[in-house]
Amino acid sequence: MKVVLQNLTKIFPSRDKKAGKEVVAVNDFTFEIPDGKLIGLLGPSGCGKSTTLYMISGLQKPTGGKIFFGDDDVTELPTESRGVGLVFQNYALYPHMTVKQNILFPLENLKGADRMPKAEMLERAYAAAKLVQIEDLMDRKPGEMSGGQQQRVAIARALVKMPRVLLLDEPLSNLDARLRLQTREEIRRIQRETGITTIFVTHDQEEAMSISDMIVVMKLGVVQQIGAPQEVYDNPLNLFVAKFLGTPPINVFDGTVKDGKLYIGEEAVLDVPGVADQEVTVGIRPEGFVLDENGPLSCKLSSVEVMGRDVSIVSKNAASLNPVVRSIINADNKVDASKEYVRYTLKAHKVFIFNKENEERIYF
Amino acid sequence: MVDSKHQWKAWIYLSPAIVLLLIFTVWPIINTVRIAFLEGYNALEAAYGVQFQFGLGNFIKVLQYSDFMTCLKNTMLLTVLTVPISTILALLIAVALNSIKPLQKFLQTIFFLPYVTNSIAIGMVFAAMFNIIGLSPDGMRAESWGIINNVIMFFGGEPVNWINAQSSYAANIAVMTIYIVWNALPFKILILLGGLQSINKQYYEAARVDGTPRWRVLTRITVPLLSPMLVYVVITSFIGGFKEYSSIVGIFGEKMGPVGADLKLNTMVGYIYEALPEMNYGVASAAALVLFGIILVVTLINLQVSKKRVHF
Repeated sequence: MKVVLQNLTKIFPSRDKKAGKEVVAVNDFTFEIPDGKLIGLLGPSGCGKSTTLYMISGLQKPTGGKIFFGDDDVTELPTESRGVGLVFQNYALYPHMTVKQNILFPLENLKGADRMPKAEMLERAYAAAKLVQIEDLMDRKPGEMSGGQQQRVAIARALVKMPRVLLLDEPLSNLDARLRLQTREEIRRIQRETGITTIFVTHDQEEAMSISDMIVVMKLGVVQQIGAPQEVYDNPLNLFVAKFLGTPPINVFDGTVKDGKLYIGEEAVLDVPGVADQEVTVGIRPEGFVLDENGPLSCKLSSVEVMGRDVSIVSKNAASLNPVVRSIINADNKVDASKEYVRYTLKAHKVFIFNKENEERIYF
Repeated sequence: MVDSKHQWKAWIYLSPAIVLLLIFTVWPIINTVRIAFLEGYNALEAAYGVQFQFGLGNFIKVLQYSDFMTCLKNTMLLTVLTVPISTILALLIAVALNSIKPLQKFLQTIFFLPYVTNSIAIGMVFAAMFNIIGLSPDGMRAESWGIINNVIMFFGGEPVNWINAQSSYAANIAVMTIYIVWNALPFKILILLGGLQSINKQYYEAARVDGTPRWRVLTRITVPLLSPMLVYVVITSFIGGFKEYSSIVGIFGEKMGPVGADLKLNTMVGYIYEALPEMNYGVASAAALVLFGIILVVTLINLQVSKKRVHF
């Protein structure tokens, strides 16, 4: 089922009537989510990603715009008629029911022609439990399970009624680091096996990048960029997207373009043909640095962190807008930590320059 | 834990409450038990230093006394009627109050008003509503029916002799039930509303996504999640029910019954109070212990039943 958002807008009225300032949680969001894909809505808190998810679920009404599931306009449809499965951030499993009762609950709500015999309900519940691998826990109560197991029950409960769209609100935020890695693979697997169009919300870019077919980066209610994770990472449209994606984060410098050359401080670090002379903001991915004794960019060496496969060099540069400049290079390169300065040349495709005023990308 | 060096400080801070409790609660309890087992105890004689034998005479007197069974029956009947009715009504009102947004605080206050009103005063108002003189529709002559009977007559019904002389037992009990339920609602609504507001809203959102019908939300989600509060409300109202007294006084006066049928609606506590002015402290104490025993048994049963029903 493809999901289409058309000029979707949500405005929350101000609580303080005197101040009279409304909050635009989601602003004019238009996007077509292809059938059977896994989409990550990504952004810092307050960017409107959860609001978007809740509008798709029907728990919140949009102020403007339309939502389509396939060709059906569901904007005015109440939640229960939309056929969505929703997994809440805190799972919202009914604490007084066993896992089996929790998973059966949506099926028992069905009425009329949709209602199935008890045996079929049980069969469906067990099939859903098997999919998320909790069939041994059917008689436990939520309080007797770990966070990861509860998460699976919540997904099973959302899947059991065969939703047209599966929605997950911060599905991994309550899990510890190891379980998070495991669960995100699970979500990917379950999504692939069921083929249900799935939309999930996260503030963790790594999480979104690792499992999504497409990511939507949002900021203050406005969509910044939509695309395949690698494409967005390699080709950010603006400084916000460049800064938001990637760990360690992108290094940002004050720079100047003069005569087709990019200067950081006094040093001409890169040729940028065709860019007009101006002050710019420069973003360099940590993997965009190459150690080179004759390289144009020099930084004062602070420390070298060895991480096995890679080496992370922490250094300082007067033009840097981050507290430190962090580069990641292959561990085969021997770094002499006693030296006072390191010098780099830059990989051109890992360097982005942005307009200093509106932070939009300047292409070269 | 308080460090042992400073324990005496803790005791000093606690002492005002402890001293008062010892004098006005603990000692009277001990004394009640003692007196209940003293044969033919009489306060007047006791003041003159007469010694009494230990024995079960007071309890035998209580159980043999013909009115005791009336008191027990009235108390039981009123409790069994009012506890479920008031609890279910309070639950429905609390759920309704919780689901509306405008005027919620205002309505909450209105529903809580009876709680801060003197129950004798309310009883007198109820007595007036179910009884005495009201005005005829033209306002010219007095008609000897209260507002309830006027309403019944307005809809073409026969007026009922609710609480006056020669009124039926069923009518009396009906009035008492309505009054006690009405009086008991505010506290229960308050407790249940507090419980409802502490239930995570996401359960309801999850139920909405799953298309749960309203009735099922109430029975399968709200009531189970509210069960600790419901048990508390049921147990305290059983205890309150067994201690019913002032409501009867409020409506029927201290004769505890309609005119010409004194003590017809007497209750256990009424029975205890009745024995007091006659210096029958022994019988009163024994009756109090009997009442305590009944409440204890009922509460234990309540707890046992609720263990299976409460989900936390």
